[in-house]
Amino acid sequence: MILKKEEECIVLQVDKDTFGKEVLEAEGYVLVDFYGDGCAPCEALMPSIEALSEKYGDKIKFTKLNTSKARRLAISQKVLGLPVIAIYKDSEKVDELVKEEATASNVEAMIKKIYITE
Amino acid sequence: MSKIYDVVIIGAGPAGLSAGLYAGRSRLSTLIIEKAREGGQIVNTAEIANYPGALEGDSGPSLIERMKAQAVHFGAEIVYDTVQEVELEGKTKTIKGLNNTYQAKAVILANGAQPATLGCPGEKEFTGRGVSYCATCDGAFFESLEVFVVGGGDAAIEEALFLTKYARKVTVIHRRDALRAAKSIQEKAFANPKIEFMWDSIVKELKGEELLDTLVVENVKTGERTEVKADPEDGMFGVFVFIGFRPQTELYEGKVRMENHYIVTDDNMNTDIPGVFAAGDIRAKSLRQIVTAAADGAIAATQAEKYLNAEAG
Repeated sequence: MILKKEEECIVLQVDKDTFGKEVLEAEGYVLVDFYGDGCAPCEALMPSIEALSEKYGDKIKFTKLNTSKARRLAISQKVLGLPVIAIYKDSEKVDELVKEEATASNVEAMIKKIYITE
Repeated sequence: MSKIYDVVIIGAGPAGLSAGLYAGRSRLSTLIIEKAREGGQIVNTAEIANYPGALEGDSGPSLIERMKAQAVHFGAEIVYDTVQEVELEGKTKTIKGLNNTYQAKAVILANGAQPATLGCPGEKEFTGRGVSYCATCDGAFFESLEVFVVGGGDAAIEEALFLTKYARKVTVIHRRDALRAAKSIQEKAFANPKIEFMWDSIVKELKGEELLDTLVVENVKTGERTEVKADPEDGMFGVFVFIGFRPQTELYEGKVRMENHYIVTDDNMNTDIPGVFAAGDIRAKSLRQIVTAAADGAIAATQAEKYLNAEAG
């Protein structure tokens, strides 16, 4: 039997204690998937984000934050509605897609835009 | 030009996926076009309780995932594109998307409906920054804060009750002086000490710095406008909008016969254009549920097959 390796999960789970180090202080671009418990659209979007992480994981760091366990942190990041897919660089949120706008194709377009403007 | 499909289905909610399953099983070349993600409105549903065969703990996305797998299993293709324009008359129908143009001999319109919006200044700007259409998604952000619920039907009052789990105070803003919600739901709301009502009122504007902190309401009887500001200690509040649904029929205005923006069909899902069918919440009908959407999809696909056979003569 072949065991699945841990590193196949390339969307890094962050929490209120690690968000600073893994997102704000990280080098380069970091994508954050803000989701929450009981948020059905977030659940529906997650597989697309995982698929995009396989495609773009070498260019951009993929992370996810469960806001149900980090409510204050989410509000401090001006996130009050889910799902939100945001891109950070040098501790600043540089782009984001909120709720209905947060679709697989829009997220991919947002990622591509970074490389066009770079 | 690319291939001509037997059937193109616009929308991958329960109606579209069910139509895809039936059309695929009938060996019709079938394409489903979805603009965002499969499921339509039911992806906003955390628990599916009343679809026959839904498992306990089934969420909208998990049920839709199985419907999608089933449609794909029977040969339906799914593509992600936003339809911009349709030409439905004639034997070959053309569907122009943002990425591609598609052609089909028969089309099933299954675009569904979306929550209606207030249409007031600030609404779009503050969506996700205080304005929400999904209590189960965003309710938790407003723990011990104030929220406003706009609407007076079953959904609005049920969501208001749900939001009392988190919010300090829930104010229902309703444009009439009585609720439309079922009596049993109203009784629960009136008995809940956290729920207050603002009658005969409509929201005219939503404002704030980065987060929503001010709303302007107008009394429809007196015309008087009131500005409601967030408690300075809170610095923000939530506005949850549940004022019904709007069918996604803008693309078909002036092309397909409609009533009150819903597409009119006969019992066999035929629209007034030969080879064009409609299924699900987009149709004028009495009950809009997953089960009726799925049934519409099955009928539409079966009738599309009959239409194709007759055309092939």
